[in-house]
This record gives sequence, structure tokens and C-alpha cells, in this order.
Amino acid sequence: MNLHLENVRYRYPGASHDALTDVSLSVGLGEFHAVLGPNGSGKTTLVRIALGALPPHVGRADIDRRPASAWSRQDLAKLVGVVPQREDNLFPQRVRETVLLGRYAHLSLWGRERLEDHAAVDRALAACDVRQLADRWLWTLSGGEYQRVRVARALAQEPKLLVLDEPGMSLDLKHEMELFELVRGLVERQGLGVLMITHDLNLAARFADSLLLLEGGRPIASGAPADVLTQQTVEAVFSWPVAMQTIDGRPQMIPLRKPKESRA
Amino acid sequence: MKWTVLGLLAVLALLGSVMLGPAAVPLTQLAHSDIVWNLRAPRAVLAFLVGGSLGVAGAGLQALVRNPLADPFLLGLSGGAGLGAVSAIALHVSGPWALPIAAFAGALAALGLVYRLGLIGGAALDPRILLLGGVAIGAFAAAITTAIVALADAAELRNAFLWLWGGLSGASWDAVLLVALYAPIPLAVLLAAARPLDLLALGEESAGYLGADVEAVKRRVYLAASLLTAAAVAVSGVIGFVGLVVPHIARLTWGHRHRALLPAAFLGGGALLAFADTLARTVVAPRELPVGVVTALIGVPVFAFLLRRWTVA
Repeated sequence: MNLHLENVRYRYPGASHDALTDVSLSVGLGEFHAVLGPNGSGKTTLVRIALGALPPHVGRADIDRRPASAWSRQDLAKLVGVVPQREDNLFPQRVRETVLLGRYAHLSLWGRERLEDHAAVDRALAACDVRQLADRWLWTLSGGEYQRVRVARALAQEPKLLVLDEPGMSLDLKHEMELFELVRGLVERQGLGVLMITHDLNLAARFADSLLLLEGGRPIASGAPADVLTQQTVEAVFSWPVAMQTIDGRPQMIPLRKPKESRA
Repeated sequence: MKWTVLGLLAVLALLGSVMLGPAAVPLTQLAHSDIVWNLRAPRAVLAFLVGGSLGVAGAGLQALVRNPLADPFLLGLSGGAGLGAVSAIALHVSGPWALPIAAFAGALAALGLVYRLGLIGGAALDPRILLLGGVAIGAFAAAITTAIVALADAAELRNAFLWLWGGLSGASWDAVLLVALYAPIPLAVLLAAARPLDLLALGEESAGYLGADVEAVKRRVYLAASLLTAAAVAVSGVIGFVGLVVPHIARLTWGHRHRALLPAAFLGGGALLAFADTLARTVVAPRELPVGVVTALIGVPVFAFLLRRWTVA
């Protein structure tokens, strides 16, 4: 059981450049992979291809050795839980209701939610430490609580893989750390495979097993954090001077001010 | 409890519709009266079926186009039906079913055009374009209708307009039978889409990741809701506000889960239209108000109240 991209190339209709070129990635159970890169580097396109929402022009995008786009959405939702970057809330909902939506793929057309569905919701709420919020309205939650609820909804799908697109956006330090700790805990305790898109190089280096750094749709570096996040690579990709330090054996990047004479 | 109340309301609306009318029929004679059997009863049942269909179609369309102001007739169907009916009269097509069939055909033509417009961006049905396209096609059909009316003999066209603006006065057991055979299919399609509609409220991308086949759901809901509306307009003309207001009232009580919302909208819409039709044919008896006028007179204040609630909340 894994999510596998091999030499993927993709170009949006009408675009003059490839959105992704020669990207390979393999996420297995119990592994935490992070995909990094500047804005427009192809991170979200990579997720869409990995989940079969877009078919690659060249290369393969497989889930469990079957092309991702060949899966029915319902069957795929039983294997892969996704926390997309954005979503709407057209109608007001309570936390338990929205997490119960995660059970959709497991329900029959006319059947009601069964005991096992409610049990799965309870486990997901507990795993994300949001059980005490179960009866709250979504719109009363803080940004960090809301993200944990969305992870809980993905867990209620009882997936083997979890895909998160920029889950830490607009979270403060504590909530962002809690979210990464939660995801790391799911990898270690439940053996989930995780693919996370993130802007945060330092947290990715601290928590993930493997990084993939993209620039302009091309893979610049991939592998263990210490091999990917070098001063030279980071400065080249993000066009900004940085210094590197090591904490817990993981590389950490500190952006530098520009030298005085070149400031505007 | 709330289902009991709604069920009672539905039964009361139906009973009231059968018992009340300009001709006084004694209670003991109800079961043997021709007026009751051949006029009031089919009319009450037809009003209930049409109102229920409009309620369900409105609830489904509001979720589909992600706009709480969507009404089944907003998507161009009333314009198409009107053009069909007026064309039939202008062309002197006659026969008892000429108007309903022409209106149904006009509504289907509008439905097809709007659907085609909705697919204009490619293979994915775009609900925003459905909404805009519906308004545009409706306006276009209304313009042609007005042109025909301006050029033709006004006296006979007055009938077309009166018919179009609501009337269950042509109700018969034949019409009831037709609707009772036709409506369950689109109603079942909508009910089967209840859970995916819940997911769709999160946005198409999220709905897909949770396991919904989003494109199939959008097509089914649009086609089923429009086919219900086209049948409603063919047997009873354009009846506004039922499809707009009833889903909102149902949401206030039953919440946003479509599995409960859609049946509640059916019973509520049926009860409301049966009640409105009773008023329409009794308050100015022996004359009759178009039932669309009554639903608008009831619906607009309710709607204003709802709008106020939203803006305050």
C-alpha cells in the first residue's frame, strides 16, 4: 500500500510551461513526506495528480499499484484522507456532523449511519484531541481547533494515507506545533503514510522523514532533511540568503537580512 | 415531534382543501359529492404533489448552485414554459392538453439550453454558469414571448398569461395520475443524492476527496430538479416562492442534512400549496385568484422575515 509518482510530467491546458517535470515520489505506510517549494512551484498540482484529480501526461501516478485516476472516488476515499487547503461552509455545522461526513465512503446508498460509523467518528475526535468540541458550531472554533477537526474528518474515513495541503497556514506557533505533533503521532502510533504540502521548511525538517523540494515544477532535491535543506540549495531555490543550524539533528534555516549597502 | 406536526399540517391542508369551497357541501355528504370527488379532491392532491415537488427541487437546486436565493424557476424554466404556451396559442394549436404539453416542451428546451451553457467551460458542469445562463435564457424567452403577445390578438393571449401565472383550476384525476407516475423518479434521484449534497456544501474539491462523484451528482441534481419543475409548470403554471421559501423554513427546523431536509421540504411544500390553493379559490369566491399570487403574498413576508434573521445573525 503506497502512493507512488514516477517521472510525472504535467502541463495545464493552454499553459506554455510544464507545471511539473520529472517528479518522482513514493509514500509508504508509516512514512511522513513533506513537499516544499516557493509559491507556484507545483506543490498543489502534485497533490492533484497524486490523488487522480488530474492525469499525468507522462509518467505514472499510482495508489496501491493502480493508476490514481482509475479509482472510483468512493473507493479512494476509504484509502486516502485529504485535508485540502481551502473549503467552504455553505451551511452552519457542528463539529460532530462535519466529522461524520468523513464516513460517506463507507455508507450504503439508502442505509443509515451504523454504530461502527459513530465509533469511527469518536476515535477520530479522540485522536485529534477535539472530543470536547464535538457539539460546538464550526464557526465558533479557533483556526487551530478547526484544522484539527478537519484532520479528524479525514481520519474518520479510516484511511491508510493522509494528504494535507498547507495545514499550518495562518496558525500561530502553538497551534502549528500542535498540528505537526498530531500528524507525527498519527504516523508513529497508527502507521499512517503522510504526504504534506507546506511552506514551513523548518517544521517540515523537524517532523518529516523525507523532503521533496520543488522549484518551477522541477525536483531540486529529495531525501532526508539533512541532505535536502543545505544552505546552498535553500538560497538558490528561494533566492534569499540564509544561515543553517542544527536542532535535534535536523537542519533549521534562518533567513538573513540583506547586507546594508544593498537595502533600498 | 416535528415530523408529527408537519404530518398533521399536511393532512389538515389536504382535508381543508377538500372540505372548503364556494359551494357548501355538508360534511355528511362529502364522500358522495361530485364536487368533492371530481373537482376538489384531484385539485387538492395535485396541489400537494406540485408543491412538494417544487419544495424538493428548490432545496436541491439551492445546494447545487450554492446560492440560498435559488428558486426552481430562476433557471429559465418559467420563461421557456411561457414561450411554449404563448406560441401554442398564437399558432392556434388546440386540444385539452395543448397548453400543458407546449409549456412542458418550452421548459425542456430552456432546460437543455441552460444545461448546455453550464457545460460551456468543458466537461465539468459549472453551477455559477447554470445560474447566470438560467437568468439569461429566461429573459430571452420572455422577450420573445412579449414580441409574440405584441403582434398577436390580445384577447386569446390573456388566457395564456392567466394560465401561466398559476392555476390548478385545470386539475383532473388524469393530471394527478400523470404527476404521480412521473414525479417519483426525479424525487428518488434527488433523495439518493442527499448525502453527496451534504458533502457538496464543503465545496467540490472536498466533496470529491470524501468520496462523492461530484460531476455525476451535479448533473443528476440539476436534471432531476429541472424535470420536476418542468412538470409542475406544465400542470399548474408558474408558482413562485414555494421552491424558494419552503426549503429555508425546512432548514430552520430540520437542519442542513438533506436526508431529512428533502422529505420535510416535500411535505411542507405540499401543505403550503394545498393551503394556498384553498385560499385562492375561496377568498374572492366565486372568482378565483391565481394561486401564484397567493403564494407570493404569503411567501414574500415570510421571506423578508428570513432575510432579516440572516442579516441580524
